[in-house]
Amino acid sequence: MKEIKSDKGPIIQVKDLVKKFGNFVAVDHLTFEVNKGEIFGFLGANGAGKTTAIRMLCGLLEPTSGALRVAGFDGYHQREEIKRNIGYMSQKFSLYEDLTVYENFRLYAGIYGIPRKERIRKTDELLRKLNLEESRDKLVGGLPLGWKQKLAFSLALFHNPAVVFLDEPSGGVDPLTRRTFWDLIYEVAHQGVTIFVTTHYMDEAEYCNRVAIMSEGKIVALDTPAALKSFYKTDSMDGVFLKIARNKE
Amino acid sequence: MRTILYLLQKEFIQVFRNKSMLPIIFIMPLVQMLVLVFAATMELKKVDITVVDLDLSETSTRLTSKFEASSFFHLTRAQLSPSETDQLLLKGKANLVVTFPHGFEQDLKRNDQASLQIMVDAINGSAAELSNAYVQTVIASYNQKIRAEMLGVPKFTPPEQVHVIPAYWYNPELNFKFYMAPGVLVILVTIIGLFLSSLNLVREKEMGTIEQLNVTPIKKYHFIIGKMMPFLIIALLDLTFGLLVAKVVFGLPFRGNILTLYVFTSLYLFLVMSIGLFVSAISETQQQVLFVSFFFLIVFIIMSGLFTPVESMPVWAQRMDLINPIYYLIRIIRNVVLKGSGLLDMTSELLRLIGYGLLMFSLAVWRYRKTV
Amino acid sequence: MNQLLGFVKKEFTHIFRDSRTMVILFGIPIIQLMLFGYVITTEIKDARIAILDHSNDNVTREIKNKILSSGYFRLDANLMNENEIDPIFKKGNVKEVIIFERNFAQRLEREGTVNVQVIADASDPNTAQMLYNYTNGIVQDYTKKKYAGFTIPLQIKSEVRMLYNENMVGAFMYVPGTMALILMLISAMMTSITIAREKEMGTMEILLVSPLKATHIVLGKVAPYLLLSIIDAIVVVCLGNMVFGVPIRGSIFVLAFLVILYITMALSLGILISTVANSQQVAMFISGFALMLPTILLSGFIFPIENMPYPLQLLSNFMPPRWFIDALKQVMLKGNGLAYIWPNVLILSTMTTVFLVLSIKKFRLRLE
Repeated sequence: MKEIKSDKGPIIQVKDLVKKFGNFVAVDHLTFEVNKGEIFGFLGANGAGKTTAIRMLCGLLEPTSGALRVAGFDGYHQREEIKRNIGYMSQKFSLYEDLTVYENFRLYAGIYGIPRKERIRKTDELLRKLNLEESRDKLVGGLPLGWKQKLAFSLALFHNPAVVFLDEPSGGVDPLTRRTFWDLIYEVAHQGVTIFVTTHYMDEAEYCNRVAIMSEGKIVALDTPAALKSFYKTDSMDGVFLKIARNKE
Repeated sequence: MRTILYLLQKEFIQVFRNKSMLPIIFIMPLVQMLVLVFAATMELKKVDITVVDLDLSETSTRLTSKFEASSFFHLTRAQLSPSETDQLLLKGKANLVVTFPHGFEQDLKRNDQASLQIMVDAINGSAAELSNAYVQTVIASYNQKIRAEMLGVPKFTPPEQVHVIPAYWYNPELNFKFYMAPGVLVILVTIIGLFLSSLNLVREKEMGTIEQLNVTPIKKYHFIIGKMMPFLIIALLDLTFGLLVAKVVFGLPFRGNILTLYVFTSLYLFLVMSIGLFVSAISETQQQVLFVSFFFLIVFIIMSGLFTPVESMPVWAQRMDLINPIYYLIRIIRNVVLKGSGLLDMTSELLRLIGYGLLMFSLAVWRYRKTV
Repeated sequence: MNQLLGFVKKEFTHIFRDSRTMVILFGIPIIQLMLFGYVITTEIKDARIAILDHSNDNVTREIKNKILSSGYFRLDANLMNENEIDPIFKKGNVKEVIIFERNFAQRLEREGTVNVQVIADASDPNTAQMLYNYTNGIVQDYTKKKYAGFTIPLQIKSEVRMLYNENMVGAFMYVPGTMALILMLISAMMTSITIAREKEMGTMEILLVSPLKATHIVLGKVAPYLLLSIIDAIVVVCLGNMVFGVPIRGSIFVLAFLVILYITMALSLGILISTVANSQQVAMFISGFALMLPTILLSGFIFPIENMPYPLQLLSNFMPPRWFIDALKQVMLKGNGLAYIWPNVLILSTMTTVFLVLSIKKFRLRLE
């Protein structure tokens, strides 16, 4: 059980990770590392294997083979410890629509063992910061999509995890709201939280420190956005992706 | 442990906010008590009896009026030929036809015995048996009477007589509803405990919130207990409500201890919900689960002794009932409600429920995967 | 026509390929039939009793022997005193306690009359009565045998004929009902689920845009279940006959006609449900609760309608299975023909027509 002591250094280590569903190989020998404090993006078209990969990292899916370490814990035998140190925001936002904002916080805080006083303080602080104070006792189901996005993200962070996994966090959200959302992400990253995000929006790739592009279960490119753009001689991540797709044909 | 409390809090809030759930919880016991219990009756109300009196003597006429006086029979007099009698029964217009042949009284006086004909529609075997038994009783008592009259002795008595005197305990009026109502309550409790909790689980799966919970360090058994307990509590409340309705509507007595009933019912629900969870954990598609569970449920209900006594069933069926949870609770609830049985009276059922429950709960926890 | 046939073929292979569903569709009727035939019975055998014998003389011993060797009763315990009666009932195993009073044989000889008390657990009133009747019968038989030589004057005897079901086999009551239930299950429930599934998956719209006419689509969906139901009906009748001896006293043609009419009714009901349900689950829920439960309870399947309170009797008139079960019993057990069952046929046909008309209306509405 090796705990990460250094400030910089890999907080996610993946080597030859494979996931097969029957004969179908969804994730094909992934190898990469994510450093502490990074904003790491996983790009790719739908069906490329991004969601499968992220679910294995979160301990939701059992890998077929390969090595996996998250936050210093082994991905096969120490899943519960991993779960204590990570946060997760799913595509569906997975909030309890028939509970109020406050009730959602209370539930998850309780599950993570956050003491009552601290929970109340943090919740109040958070709601103020997100401008959601007025919605504190409103049912989540009635909130606009952008607010739900902010909420789901905050819940994922509530217990101060080292890594936060975001699976297609901007699905169905308008571009302006996406921008403000990424402002939030930056804030959090500056506080030292590692962000692992999957997305099929190419412009979001620009916001990441490093980006891995997935296609048919494999990583076909892995570098900073700047390096990728210069390598493929385009000025946008869209262009990078198109060039890669064309190269495959 | 605190986690469970938080989970319970959330579940209860959700249940009470769910507009469609509340009416189900309150209307179901009412409907079941009012409709089911009244419909499910094997009690014989009135037997449609037709008397064909071809003798028209004093004996036959008086015996006929004895039939008429009995509250079991709804009597019609008719003069019919044998083929007309057949038609009557074929059409279903009478359950039972008594025919006094021509010369009945004469035969009786001259030969010391005479026969009348009884034809019974025996499609419903037990009803036929019972109706015939009633008829025989009326005939026998009338027979005694006329013997005394005609021979001038006060009730002819055979040299030795053994009187078998019945006493019906716990349900002296032989009210069939007292037999059915506790059984129907078991079905009620099962539906609430099992179906509502499964529906709830499916809903969470579809919303994706289960995944969100699986990502937390929540323990499997926390989650499972957190899912079971709210419906267990609601089921117990409904059970109580149902008992009250039964008391008000048709006077179902309650002779046992309500806490005893709660303990047994809780153990039962714990068992049944564990089975449900285990089944859904090992199944792949929801539809398969629903379909197969539906049929198992029907099979278990039929074999549980709800409608017909388990003791009448073939041995293989009785053995199968050892793993039928419904059988246990129906036995238990009838004993507790009607006879006042306590925990110590049914130690073997108690131990079996506990053992079976722990087994299924462990299986359910074992098979439930936070990681797929 | 070719298109229709092609479509029907596709539907058939679709269903028959799903082996799990096949097992269910054939296994269930067989299991249910077996269960109902063997399990639902009020026959008394090996009923556990306890005896409290205050005398224990040769007469009580003879009576006890006779009771215990009858096959109806089995001795669970010998009690010592009255205080043990309630506790043993509370355990729930013993159904009857027989009490012989003190000096039984002497009383019988000296006074010519003696009492045997039978205490029955009436929490199950029917069984209690039957147990008492049997006990009484055995005891009376015992006393009769003792003065067999003695002729009793002025005896009214009765010749009893049990008609249509001489041995009073429980299955005769339940096989027709089982058939109604199974056919309803397959025809109505499965049909509604299948069509609802297509709607849910959106493939129904694809079908509707195809050159196939809407009625042909429905026919194609329904045809396999028609065939399956007919096969299942044949299985049930044959099994009922071979295993339980349920006869077919009437005309097979009338029987076939009746069964097909009922299946058609059930299919049209299934179609109607599918027009109302948006998803498979809803279809299943409606068929399950709104169809199955009333069929089991109010159709005369297990519980005779004549015994129900009047409002429920009225309600049962609206249940199609009720009319089917009644006609089925008449045809199979009494040998009645169309002349007797025409009211049932008329009602079932009317219901079918109503369901079909409603379905077509709803279907058209949805298309617009």
